[in-house]
Amino acid sequence: MLCSRIRTTAIAGLSAAAFGLMADVAVAAWEVNLQPPVSPIGRDILELHNLIMLICLIIFLVVFSVMFYSLYAHRKSKGHEASQFSHSTKAEVVWTIIPFLILVGMAIPSTATLIKMEDTSKADLTVKITGYQWKWQYEYPEHGVSFYSNLSTPRAQIEGIEPKGENYLLEVDNPLVIPTNKKVRFLLTANDVIHAWWIPQFGTKKDAIPGYINEMWTLVEKPGTYRGQCAELCGKDHGFMPIVVEAKAPEEFEAWLETEKQRQAKQTADLNRDWSKDELLAHGEKVYVNCVACHGAAGKGLPEAFPAIAGSPVATGPIAEHVSLVMNGKSGTAMQAFKNQLSDLDIAAVVTYQRNALGNSTGDVVQPSQVNSIR
Amino acid sequence: MATAEAAHHDEHHGHPTGILRWITTTNHKDIGTLYLCFSLTMFLVGGLMALVIRAELFQPGLQVVDPHFFNQMTTMHALVMIFGAVMPGFVGFANWMIPMMIGAPDMALPRLNNWSFWILPFAFTMLLASLFTAGGGPASGWTLYAPLSIQGGMSVDMTIFAIHMMGVSSILGAINVIVTIFNMRAPGMALMKLPLFVWTWLITAFLLIAVMPVLAGAVTMLLTDRHFDTAFFNPAGGGDPVMFQHIFWFFGHPEVYILILPAFGIISEIIPTFSRKPLFGYTTMVLATAGIAFLSFIVWAHHMFTVGMPLAGELFFMYSTMLIAVPTGVKVFNWVSTMWRGSLTFETPMLFALAVVFLFTIGGFSGLMLAITPADFQYHDTYFVVAHFHYVLFSGSVMAMMGGAYYWLPKWTGHMYDERLGKIHFWTNTIFFNITFFPQHFLGLAGMPRRIPDYALQFTEFNVISSMGAFGLGLSQLIFVYVVIKCVRGGKKASDKVWDQPRGLEWTVPSPAPHHTFDTPPKIA
Ligand code: HEC
Ligand code: HEM
Ligand SMILES: [Cu+2]
Ligand SMILES: [Cu+2]
Repeated sequence: MLCSRIRTTAIAGLSAAAFGLMADVAVAAWEVNLQPPVSPIGRDILELHNLIMLICLIIFLVVFSVMFYSLYAHRKSKGHEASQFSHSTKAEVVWTIIPFLILVGMAIPSTATLIKMEDTSKADLTVKITGYQWKWQYEYPEHGVSFYSNLSTPRAQIEGIEPKGENYLLEVDNPLVIPTNKKVRFLLTANDVIHAWWIPQFGTKKDAIPGYINEMWTLVEKPGTYRGQCAELCGKDHGFMPIVVEAKAPEEFEAWLETEKQRQAKQTADLNRDWSKDELLAHGEKVYVNCVACHGAAGKGLPEAFPAIAGSPVATGPIAEHVSLVMNGKSGTAMQAFKNQLSDLDIAAVVTYQRNALGNSTGDVVQPSQVNSIR
Repeated sequence: MATAEAAHHDEHHGHPTGILRWITTTNHKDIGTLYLCFSLTMFLVGGLMALVIRAELFQPGLQVVDPHFFNQMTTMHALVMIFGAVMPGFVGFANWMIPMMIGAPDMALPRLNNWSFWILPFAFTMLLASLFTAGGGPASGWTLYAPLSIQGGMSVDMTIFAIHMMGVSSILGAINVIVTIFNMRAPGMALMKLPLFVWTWLITAFLLIAVMPVLAGAVTMLLTDRHFDTAFFNPAGGGDPVMFQHIFWFFGHPEVYILILPAFGIISEIIPTFSRKPLFGYTTMVLATAGIAFLSFIVWAHHMFTVGMPLAGELFFMYSTMLIAVPTGVKVFNWVSTMWRGSLTFETPMLFALAVVFLFTIGGFSGLMLAITPADFQYHDTYFVVAHFHYVLFSGSVMAMMGGAYYWLPKWTGHMYDERLGKIHFWTNTIFFNITFFPQHFLGLAGMPRRIPDYALQFTEFNVISSMGAFGLGLSQLIFVYVVIKCVRGGKKASDKVWDQPRGLEWTVPSPAPHHTFDTPPKIA
């Protein structure tokens, strides 16, 4: 079995390499250094990293060539007699001061880069990023646009039922879109636990912490799609909340922003009408992707950690309590408040769905207006 | 163990035998043995958990475990290795060697000594049992960051209680070490004549007393946040999740030096013996150890560069962390100078010591890179950090203990270990260690986060290599277990000196060392 796995890996490796030649994959297999940067800070960091590594490498080689020379030349088997010297103040002072000076030399460019990184002033665009278990929310407060970004890799690929796609685990339904060559400021926070937002090619990583608003910035010079992952353990699906950013030329970005605004306006209009049960169920099934991570695709949950929806006393009990649990969550557990993440329509639909599917059949229909009155 | 029995010449009163002997013992050698056996057991348990992790990461996709269990494994692996394998392991060495090295008959507080050991099996039963509670074991990483750890089930409470017990055990052990070193030295054994192993342990003991209560405080606050509606770390109640990290790392960074300073001590004993030369720069070695210990209290936030500190804070912690490289460098230079123009031989303990110097330095350099704040934003929470701390912890602390075990086993058991098997263990261990962990540097740089059960396809190749190395590394430890058992059971009779030209009081007594070593204090030249 091991052998066949190794063989599959080798084949996967080869085909990935072949693929790498054809497509413009930013990160290829066997990569041994930082990903190619696309922002000024990313470039500074790469240079700094290369410089420090080179210095370390040189010191390492010097010190250990001395050691290995000694291992070779001062062996007993070669008849080397031990001398008995046991200190030399001069040598010790020298190898305290020289490393100190080298460190000062390293600290200077590091300080300069750090100062640049922390300067978030004069941004052209602000994006607010909120981490949730386990997805990201992106808001453009200056433009009234906001949306969620979920992993879009199918479960079947993760479980090995389907072959894995090129961007396995690094793909989302709604990527963040930003303009190129503009200073974009990110405001980071989280809803539940600590997450960290990281795009290696930008050189930006910062924690998203509940109750805090952290700041960082980037300026992306090249249009393209950039991929990263959450970089702070945030629970079960920490490995499954990727980050994808599309950097578009400013005109294209404006156009995207306009369509996005219109789409969201239409959604608001939808909130005010009555929905049929079928419509709600169809929409509810889509909204339920927000719940799958814990409650399972079939509503079976995970024994002892996440309750099943099928036959749940809440999902078959009073409607108002069900709605209010979904809206407000339950503090101290992973069941989060969906109030701000989901619209009235989404909540109405997912509640209707949970009450009439996944093994339940209460026959109840919950309208967006009803949710709004509980809100 | 059997041989210690043979050498048993305790005439005061009838001593229990069999299992009761080990439960009631107040003898530093017995307790040292208990600690070492416990440490080895935990090393194997923690190692099995690591193999679960590496088996899952052998291929992209989820094959072996589910993500929730994966997180329990990373959390438990770290807790078991740090608190179960490395810390008790060093206490075992301290128990065996400190009295012998300073010319004392036993530890100063023998009953306390028994107690501090026997707390541990209970603590770890509690910790490991938490894996079988509803919802599984703790899954928030060994760092137990709030608010994630507040979400966990009852296993988190059991972990907290276990940590309290381990803390009590460590503090009692540390008190014993300090009292022994200050009060039980043979006449003429001035502080500046202490073997370096004793010095490093003295400083480690102070670190333990200073920071274990801090950890206890942090986890107690977690506990009250979880159950008694306090809000130390809950922003909704006016608390602060980042405060947990500050408190944790105020413990955590000195903790990493608790895990390495005794290893420095062991290396500083082994290298002079096989170089047939005194340790180079004894005084600076002592000062460097003290300097590292002091600096370790003012660098903690280097684990938290990404939480969003003010620029001044980031600069302070960057500079202070970089400074640690100076005393660390001094140590490495001094070890190399000890070998310089010596008369070197390469028995197994020396091979381990050389590998520690070489590989620990790789970890030291990656530590220096991590200290460079702007670059740390790229490295933080990636496999680069995983590689770093395994180079300092495995090829630093653990391999130093293995070297120490080979070095002193003949003194402990009265038999020579099997040199050929020892060398085979050394080479398999060291080669597989590098196959396992060196590629993780590349993974981290290329962007693979740590603590994930599944990964993007471009990380496949190095993960395959790393997993194969890990299984080899795990298997090679079985050789070690075999060599130790074989050596305890029998083997060539060891002389008192064991090695060609060792220094130190422990080599002046018979092998195996009698049950009470220095009933009359030795004369120190
Ligand atoms: C991060 C994990 C997580 C996600 C995502 C999640 N839940 Fe929950 N949910 C929980 C947990 C944990 C509980 C149990 C809370 C408790 O202890 O009472 C729960 C409880 C519930 C219950 C009550 C079940 C019962 O019998 O007690 C309902 C209904 C529910 N969730 C609906 C939803 C809906 C609808 C969504 C998606 C919009 C969702 N949950 C998403 C973790 C989650
Ligand atoms: C030259 C000396 C060292 C320096 C400059 C250094 C620096 C650092 C830095 C900056 C980090 C944080 C990296 C990050 O998370 O972004 C780190 C992590 C770590 N270091 Fe070191 N280090 C040194 C030596 C050691 C030693 C001797 C040990 C233990 C024996 C050690 C154990 C660890 C561990 C366990 C972590 C990871 C903790 C975690 O996140 O779980 N380090 N080190
Ligand atoms: Cu995460
Ligand atoms: Cu540290």
